[in-house]
Amino acid sequence: MFDTLLQNILNALQWGSFYALIALGYCLVYGVLLLINFAHGDIFMVGAYIAFFVSTFLLGQYLDIPGLPSWLVLALTVPATMLLTSGVGVFLERVAYRPLRRKGVNRLYVVITALMCGLILENGNLALLGASRKSFPELLDKAIWTFGSVSVTNLKILVIVSAFGVFWLLNTIVTKTKIGMAMRALSWDRFAVPLMGIPPDTVIVFTFILGSSMAALAGILFAMSYPVLDPYMGASIGWKAFIAAVVGGIGDIRGAFVGGFILGFVEIMVVAFFPSSYRDLFAFTILLIIMTWKPTGLFGVAKTTKI
Amino acid sequence: MSTPLLSVENLHVKYGNIEALHGLSFTVHEGEIVTLIGANGAGKTTTLHSITRLPPPEAPRVTAGDIQLRGQSILKTEPQDLVRNLGVALVPEGRHIFGNLTVFENLELATYSRKDTENVARDYERIFSLFPRLAERKKQRSESLSGGEQQMLAVGRALMSKCTFLLLDEPSMGLAPLLMYDMFRTLKTLNQEGMTILLVEQNARLALQFAHRGYVMDTGQIVAQGSGVELMENPEVKKAYLGG
Repeated sequence: MFDTLLQNILNALQWGSFYALIALGYCLVYGVLLLINFAHGDIFMVGAYIAFFVSTFLLGQYLDIPGLPSWLVLALTVPATMLLTSGVGVFLERVAYRPLRRKGVNRLYVVITALMCGLILENGNLALLGASRKSFPELLDKAIWTFGSVSVTNLKILVIVSAFGVFWLLNTIVTKTKIGMAMRALSWDRFAVPLMGIPPDTVIVFTFILGSSMAALAGILFAMSYPVLDPYMGASIGWKAFIAAVVGGIGDIRGAFVGGFILGFVEIMVVAFFPSSYRDLFAFTILLIIMTWKPTGLFGVAKTTKI
Repeated sequence: MSTPLLSVENLHVKYGNIEALHGLSFTVHEGEIVTLIGANGAGKTTTLHSITRLPPPEAPRVTAGDIQLRGQSILKTEPQDLVRNLGVALVPEGRHIFGNLTVFENLELATYSRKDTENVARDYERIFSLFPRLAERKKQRSESLSGGEQQMLAVGRALMSKCTFLLLDEPSMGLAPLLMYDMFRTLKTLNQEGMTILLVEQNARLALQFAHRGYVMDTGQIVAQGSGVELMENPEVKKAYLGG
């Protein structure tokens, strides 16, 4: 019984890590721009695909070049994917969101634009690569350790440690650095930020880089854990991560992080005791109850401004 | 006469489709305190926002005329460049401090683009000697400050950006009289040390006592100008803005 519980906790930590990493990206962009970036789940998908192409290229599957050893491929794929995916995120910001922001349109239209961007990414992928699924190469030599009936893989540990490491890093950036301070300032009062000599667009681009690279990391780790990629893989996990961010309290990175893990735990625990088809029904009912109890999320506070 | 620090020439400005300023002209010289007074809705804040070029959509649209700083047009200057390259800082109406940051972080943020990092420590000390209350509350979230302290923070923040030209929008608003005089005394000190000040104020009596020169605005135009004393003696100004 205890073993089963421990095993489920480990599984939930891994599963929650994906939600948490994606939820952080929603949270950052929302915090800074008050924009729900509905394309973010698809950025995660794009990240997984970029990781697929980068790693298979480095493994020597396209050109007639000798492939690199898989540990080196992994070590190169992670930064390359984060970089390239940030490029996609920043590109969306430049071509889709910034022009609307310049015109000062209602935020609703920007949110709709984000939804459209997500659909374009999904269907662009479908058109470009076809509907066949891609299977992600194995980059990590699998190691399994068993303690009683509890089994831990090195991948599981990598996922969980990455999520916590990234959160620590992000938290440091937001609370300790000047650009992090500028992000917080922008979330409070965007009018006054340029008055401090700070270009708001630079801060916004930086925010998209952070969010997209975290989604990219989630994409790599997800593809390593569940090595089948399809163009719609980001849609449902993206929606769920968004809901997780809201339940945690969107606008607070601790909230988004905790929210991701709550959703992970609820889903895994439901499946542990009920048929797996009940998973989403139960999971979202529980989240709904949390929302009713705390509408601003677990870490959220209703923002007050002083005039 | 030398080139003025700021020269606003025949400025026409629209908000949406409504023209808010109809051919406004005035100048501010280096080392001066100049005030714009006038009733609510005369266009005083619009004038300041036209100078500071806030990002769209907030920015009022200049349809004709020019705004020059040291003889160079700044109509195309990005608002952040005005602060970091040209030394112009605005203390906006309503203060707009960052309530989710601590007092110290608010000051620190204003040093974001400064290149002379070696002088920053000295400038903090200067701010804290001008406003000892801010030193006491350094680590507090700034939304917990009183209105007067927030105003000090807003001015302190502008000074941390190393401005040489300070634009103030209604600094007396919401302040108890004692704090208000304190604030103006501090501003006077800053001016004596070389800071040029453009002050927008509803409290016309206070503003005219404080300023070297003043302009009276009404519905988007300058209707009177002169030294502070001249304007205070002007019967029409007296009647309209100084309570008879």
